[in-house]
Amino acid sequence: MWVIAVGILVPTAVPFAALVIRAAGAGGGAVDVLASARTARLAANTMALVAAVTASAIAVGVATAWLTNRTDLPGRRIWAVTAALPLVIPSYVVALALRSAFGKRGLLTDLTGLGFPTVAGFPGAWLALTIATYPFVHLVASAAFRRMGRSAEEAARGLGASPGRVFRTVVLPALRPSVGAGALLTALYTLSDFGAVSLMRYDAFTRVIYAQYAGRLDRTPATVLAMALVAMAVLLLVAEHRSRGRGAYHTPSAEAPPSPIHLGVRARVAGLSFMALLALISLALPLGVLITWLARGGAVPMPWGAMAGSLAGAALAALLAGAAAIPVSALVVRHHSRATVWVERLSYAIFALPHITVALAVVFFASRYLGSLYQSLIFLVLVYASIFFAQALAAGRAAMLQVGPHLEEASRSLGRGPLATMLRVTVPLVWRGVALGALLVFLTTMKELPATLLLRPTGFDTLAVEIWSAADDLRYARAAVPSLLLVAVSAVPAYLLATRKHDR
Amino acid sequence: MTVEPTPAICCHGLVKRFDGDPVLDRFSLSVSAGTILGLLGPSGSGKTTALRIIAGFERPDSGTVQIAGSTMVGPGRWVPPERRRVGMVFQDYALFPHLSVATNVGYGVPGPGQDARVARVLNLVGLSGAARRYPHELSGGEQQRVALARALAPDPDVVLLDEPFSNLDAPRRDRMRREIRTILVEARATAVFVTHDQEEALAMSDRVAVMRDGRVVQVGEPWEVYTRPGDCWVARFLGEAEFVPGTASGGSVSTALGTFPVPEGVSGPVEVMIRPESVEVLPGGSDAVVVDREFYGHDQLLTLRLADGRRLLSRIGPLPALNPGDAVGIRVREVVAFPASGGHQH
Repeated sequence: MWVIAVGILVPTAVPFAALVIRAAGAGGGAVDVLASARTARLAANTMALVAAVTASAIAVGVATAWLTNRTDLPGRRIWAVTAALPLVIPSYVVALALRSAFGKRGLLTDLTGLGFPTVAGFPGAWLALTIATYPFVHLVASAAFRRMGRSAEEAARGLGASPGRVFRTVVLPALRPSVGAGALLTALYTLSDFGAVSLMRYDAFTRVIYAQYAGRLDRTPATVLAMALVAMAVLLLVAEHRSRGRGAYHTPSAEAPPSPIHLGVRARVAGLSFMALLALISLALPLGVLITWLARGGAVPMPWGAMAGSLAGAALAALLAGAAAIPVSALVVRHHSRATVWVERLSYAIFALPHITVALAVVFFASRYLGSLYQSLIFLVLVYASIFFAQALAAGRAAMLQVGPHLEEASRSLGRGPLATMLRVTVPLVWRGVALGALLVFLTTMKELPATLLLRPTGFDTLAVEIWSAADDLRYARAAVPSLLLVAVSAVPAYLLATRKHDR
Repeated sequence: MTVEPTPAICCHGLVKRFDGDPVLDRFSLSVSAGTILGLLGPSGSGKTTALRIIAGFERPDSGTVQIAGSTMVGPGRWVPPERRRVGMVFQDYALFPHLSVATNVGYGVPGPGQDARVARVLNLVGLSGAARRYPHELSGGEQQRVALARALAPDPDVVLLDEPFSNLDAPRRDRMRREIRTILVEARATAVFVTHDQEEALAMSDRVAVMRDGRVVQVGEPWEVYTRPGDCWVARFLGEAEFVPGTASGGSVSTALGTFPVPEGVSGPVEVMIRPESVEVLPGGSDAVVVDREFYGHDQLLTLRLADGRRLLSRIGPLPALNPGDAVGIRVREVVAFPASGGHQH
């Protein structure tokens, strides 16, 4: 089991360590890069974007969660779904839709004849990433709202507090741990995002790292910038880890939910317009733009190759990560020790660090030491599985915790050895949970962009790469089909995940 | 010529520490074949750990375990649980939720003859009709009988039961105790069951082993450990008891409550244990006053205050009807004397 635990993480962990050492060894060159005015500007750009997106995602996500869970807003069930749906649209597809819709030669100007301003740079990246991330906050905050019983609020009302004061003094504090976690996730997502910022031509770390890597022979600047990005991510990770430690032990409340707050006419109109506008911008606009481009595109060839590449890469990565997750989660749950804690932390860290930095590390390492294996499909799948392994492990771990250790002991004392016990008792009981995790791996691998760009074998294409290169060249019609395909393929597992979660 | 039969289980000098805290401290126990032994002790006394070491789920730091004459654990020897021929019934039953009752029971007896064996064992536990059902469709008592059938199916050398009745409600518990005992006797199984409930241990076992602080302090038949406890702690742990000081010499002990016979050889200051059922109440007397009465139907427990202020419990039949404040005479039928240094706490 240890072999698998270590094996699944080696393809990314070892190169990453090598990259850190290399960056540290770059000496004076590294200092020059770090101390340059350009790096300072990059850091400022990145931090400004992270702060802006996080703030707006919280504002929007908490508002949608409150409206759909706590009020009698008409159609709140449907609005709850529309607020979560943008999750299936990758950030770079949102960015592509926004860029191609607005501006002097944008679709909207074209259709209406009005002069719409260009959306790009900071405002563009901000808008695109807010649309891509607020659903996280919406889901997390909705779950928190549902967990809250009514007794605390009713007690406060009974003590004479006004509804506004109850919200400030009872509801918000109860919301804080989960929204805090959602905020950190959003920040981390924004920090790591490559697709949206590069399509919006906004100089955040990820975009510049890629440009440095692609355009120069000397790779020191890319390496050093990647390390600076990693340092920022680690700060966020540590903060996130701490906040999880504090907020983790909420027991779901069995209390009856509070009766919904009655909205007056004006509040209803405001709430409905807000939800409708949001759905318009975050769902109708991107999908509408894609469909319009599709209709106008005419004879754009179907990207069968990219489709096959995406499906093959994602399916193989999901299978590999899922298969490895069963023994590794058995190890983590049943043989809990300091070493297993580190396996979990390492997988989580690899998953959470910006993928472009992990991919960069793998490229440097593999091109130097691995020869022919580098830039093969097998290697790409190994790296995918390694990066996204944390998702499968988390699901496997949760499933394994549901299986009491007595079941395995019973099997042992009935004469079955450890392997037979695993196959006949453990696997049948955990595979559904692990399959959900594998589904998540599939979903995220489908959307993955920077690692694919850096590591794909020649001639291997994915939908994400196809979209990115077409949009980068402003050939929007060509990006429409792969974008719609990607959204459609993402929607299937997302739907399965959403309905499964409901069952429990 | 008689040969001492090999015990079904023989543990010797088992020591087990968790994070430095000793849980078992030179635990030794021998169980002869065909016996039902109750391993009784307060929570934290190490009973479950002892059971798990016998089953092979934990390794002792030192000591040996033999089952049916062969060494399972010892210096340089470790037999994994699947090769010990030990059936285990868990507190939570641990039935495989994804398998039917028949498949659960047949799990330990693969190969030809499985169906016949499953049918026989299910018949033994009275669940022949439930073969195709799933664990979640059964009541708690039925689940327990399936767990027992599953443990018995491979015809193990010993069956171990960990707090078998703690998940059942009180009325069902009494019935299940009788049923399980009957099944175990019918299967001629050697069984060890762990419990912290003295009544359960006394009612179900052929022999009781009392555990305290990681070791066995007394083993004997139920009546033996109850009426001849080895020390004050065992005496109190097994049931209600009051203690009065006394002085023993020449085969009798004199106390404030009178003079009683004790075995020869006991002499000097002693603590005298009086069980409530040895205290007879005589209406119309004036030895004591009734302070409180708990009426159970089949009997009643009276709390009495003696003239010197001492408290005494008496368990008698439902009559006479007595009320707090009534004066009664008392007669103590029998007592057990412990040397006064016995170390019990008042």
